[in-house]
Amino acid sequence: MIPQINIQNLRPATYFVPSVSTTLGFKDYLGAVKVRWGFGRNNYTIKPGLYKVGKPNSESDVFVSANYKLSFDSLRKNLTNIDAWILVIDTKGVNVWCSAGKKTFGTKNIVKSIKETSLEGIVKHRKIILPQLSAPGVAAHEVKEQSGFRVIYGPVRAKDIKPFIEAGYKATPPMRKVTFPLAERAKLIPVDFMYGKYKLLIALAIVFVLSGLDRTGFLFSKMISTCAFPISNVIGAYLAGIVITPLILPYIPFRTFSLKGATMGILLTLGLVQLFTVTYLEIVSMGFISITISSFVAMNFTGSSTYTSLSGVLKEMKWAVPFQISFAVMGLILFIVSKLI
Amino acid sequence: MQYLKDVVTLKLDPAKCSGCMMCTIVCPHEVFSMVDKKASIKNKDLCMECGACEMNCAEGAISVRSGVGCAAGIINGILRGTNASCDCSISPSDCC
Repeated sequence: MIPQINIQNLRPATYFVPSVSTTLGFKDYLGAVKVRWGFGRNNYTIKPGLYKVGKPNSESDVFVSANYKLSFDSLRKNLTNIDAWILVIDTKGVNVWCSAGKKTFGTKNIVKSIKETSLEGIVKHRKIILPQLSAPGVAAHEVKEQSGFRVIYGPVRAKDIKPFIEAGYKATPPMRKVTFPLAERAKLIPVDFMYGKYKLLIALAIVFVLSGLDRTGFLFSKMISTCAFPISNVIGAYLAGIVITPLILPYIPFRTFSLKGATMGILLTLGLVQLFTVTYLEIVSMGFISITISSFVAMNFTGSSTYTSLSGVLKEMKWAVPFQISFAVMGLILFIVSKLI
Repeated sequence: MQYLKDVVTLKLDPAKCSGCMMCTIVCPHEVFSMVDKKASIKNKDLCMECGACEMNCAEGAISVRSGVGCAAGIINGILRGTNASCDCSISPSDCC
């Protein structure tokens, strides 16, 4: 095999740097919709390396980004009429905040990318601008020590980059703050919805089959004629936990997500009772099941939320998980009993 | 929006603080404020333990048990016998 020569090391200032547009095209928007629904989400990447927007020179700013295309796109579309370099580091196609948590958007990777792209030969200044949310993975003082480049943490949101630059690389307090408004919560719903789809199908299959139980054994006709109530409860509870709870998150009482979800689960079953004629035992059993499902999927939304801590989630799970398991068991037992008496 | 009270592991040693203000810059929830040119913890319950302040404190004045505040990640960690990992891959084959 012929040894690979790294051209970048030989010709630091003149090697080809791909130019990217600051306008997103139809394909970019379509791609964003697809990954929001989980399709190809684990492979929505761009090649790590140096890119340019506009006509940057040796004085131009360097923005550092993750190689998740959604992160890269949100950066470049906010750099209109700015001449700048974009240093894309290899975060395995994961967004800025999550990859910072995993330390792939981290000190080591940034220093490596600076060296690999020979950044010191391309710009005369010694500063790089990082998204603020990369800070959990990056030690600014160590980047400086190891590469000579000073890290400037930009705003949380790329849309604030222009005012940030105009203010002399200073972010206002709101620019530094992570919020969790309705639009953000809504955007995260599809991925969560798809994440649990197999668990949903398993739960549906279980209540569907159990619907046919009878003192005489198993009746196919009974399964068909009585499955509507349990199936509505399972699908409804999934939606209550994964769609409704995130949407109205701040307005549901309780701080723990599992109790927020449980509340929505109870409300769901109470609502469905108005539509179906079923026995009390079946209502109670499905109440347990709805609470379990809605509480569990709502609890998982802690991962999407922007304000839950590890210690808090651990504390919540310590009692929430045993309560979910016992509710699931009680619900199933009561459901089976309701079919046999 | 505020999560549970009195659970956060964030600690600050004011004696080590050099007043560089880095923690006030990187914190996404305005947990810190400057008092007499030293950092102080203003809103402890707002901390989400992301670890940005600890990482960027050159003096080592801040400590926090950082990690993902994600129930699915914690469950995955328990099932695989690892730390809580925030691996939100939708298809199980794409494991990092």
